[in-house]
Amino acid sequence: MNTSLPRDLVPAVIGVLVRRGADFASAEDAVQEALIRALRTWPDDPPRDPKGWLVAAAWHRFLDAARAEASRRGRELAVEAEPAPGPVPARDDTLRLYFLCAHPALPPNQAVALTLRAVGGLTTRQIAAAHLVPEATMAQRISRAKRRIAGLPLDRPGGLATVLRVLYLVFNEGYGGDVDLAAEAIRLARRLAALTGEPEAAGLLALMLLHHARRASRTGPGGRLVPLAEQDRSRWDTALITEGVAVLQGALARDRLGEYQAQAAIAALHADAPSTAATDWVQIVEWYDELLALTASPVVRLNRAVAVGEADGAPAGLAALAEVDPGLPRYAAAAAYLHERAGDRARAAALYAEAARAATSVPERDHLTREAARVRRPPRS
Amino acid sequence: MKYLLLKHYRGGPDPVSAYEPMDRWTPEEVDAHVGYMNDFADRLKETGEYVDSQALAPGGAFVRSDGEGRPPVTDGPFAETKDLIAGWMIIDVDSWDRAVELAGELSAAPGPGGEPIREWLEVRPFLTGSASTTE
Repeated sequence: MNTSLPRDLVPAVIGVLVRRGADFASAEDAVQEALIRALRTWPDDPPRDPKGWLVAAAWHRFLDAARAEASRRGRELAVEAEPAPGPVPARDDTLRLYFLCAHPALPPNQAVALTLRAVGGLTTRQIAAAHLVPEATMAQRISRAKRRIAGLPLDRPGGLATVLRVLYLVFNEGYGGDVDLAAEAIRLARRLAALTGEPEAAGLLALMLLHHARRASRTGPGGRLVPLAEQDRSRWDTALITEGVAVLQGALARDRLGEYQAQAAIAALHADAPSTAATDWVQIVEWYDELLALTASPVVRLNRAVAVGEADGAPAGLAALAEVDPGLPRYAAAAAYLHERAGDRARAAALYAEAARAATSVPERDHLTREAARVRRPPRS
Repeated sequence: MKYLLLKHYRGGPDPVSAYEPMDRWTPEEVDAHVGYMNDFADRLKETGEYVDSQALAPGGAFVRSDGEGRPPVTDGPFAETKDLIAGWMIIDVDSWDRAVELAGELSAAPGPGGEPIREWLEVRPFLTGSASTTE
């Protein structure tokens, strides 16, 4: 494995410090400081043994901090000498960190921040820039997260589902600053899938790869949002699609279906189609049925209604929509689309305008406004 | 000196040009308007005068405390008559005159038929965080 990036080593180095007797919060702080030094000095002076360098630097940081703390409290320092290095079960350490950082006791934004720092090896500054918040705010968020999980045993993992949800959140946060969070989420999911061998971890990885493959085609000039039907499919990344499909097939073969595998299956059917018209919508609806059985999620019900509209015609889609809660985000957008397909352009225009007012992002709002404007005009004959 | 250029969904002085809401424009007019806004921000980034810009959704409410142990009181969603902020741009420029000049340009974003919409923008100077060193 090429570990030229110091951040790849971060979870393993935290693990070493914890096994030497450091508590997680202090170990994580010490490794962060060593990492920042590594980022500054390695480009000019690369170490022969990067991991050894990081362990040594972090351990010294930890001892310094512990000594300062001990003298402040007037107590003796218990851990002093550097223990002899033993066999390093880095694999288990890393996996434990995934579970700890995504612990159910943490609110999502804290779990995301802590995961990015302790598992992803990003600096506080990078995480702050990616979330468009001041660095001091992000540092506090991470400290609070660590306080909250202090005392929780490192060896009692939470559920895999929580870890997957945190990684999916990271993936959906996209860009900010100099860090590509989507790519970072893929890197972490790839490692998690390898560490656990769980079909759902593979399913999430496949889902991310298949979505990421379409990224270049999803925005047009000026950040304008391009919907799936209008995307230039020649710009989709076929290497990522091939990998995503292979990962998904491997997961499905294990015959333990879960929501991420089902979502990835839908993404794979889109990725496989030469156009919206040539998409296998019937199979997509079947996957939505599976997904609904797994999650009973109202959002899935909404997306399913749109897929039904494509598979069986707009009236069938509208009938499916009638069973969906109108209070859902994007309900108006889905309703607008189905009414337009059913030929009711006036109603579609009003719904698109309503959807634009309810939009949660500027590109989405502008897109929906443009859709309202488009359907208001008489269709060209 | 930093200035806030405040855009309102409604409120402020009477509009000088009556134009329809954006969802009634043509898609090309919408594109031209959005493009103008983006270009304006890009230009200020190049001149070193851009700080930040954000858009606000029309939803939300006024909120106030109702005393200890009681849930906060909300007033909203906003009635049609209320002044409603749509978003802002923060600029860092040398003078009030420059702030006014830029607000004038931003207000001239194209609307239906490519005509400048000439909407009112509120321009407000920031109070600085530190006291002046000359006394």
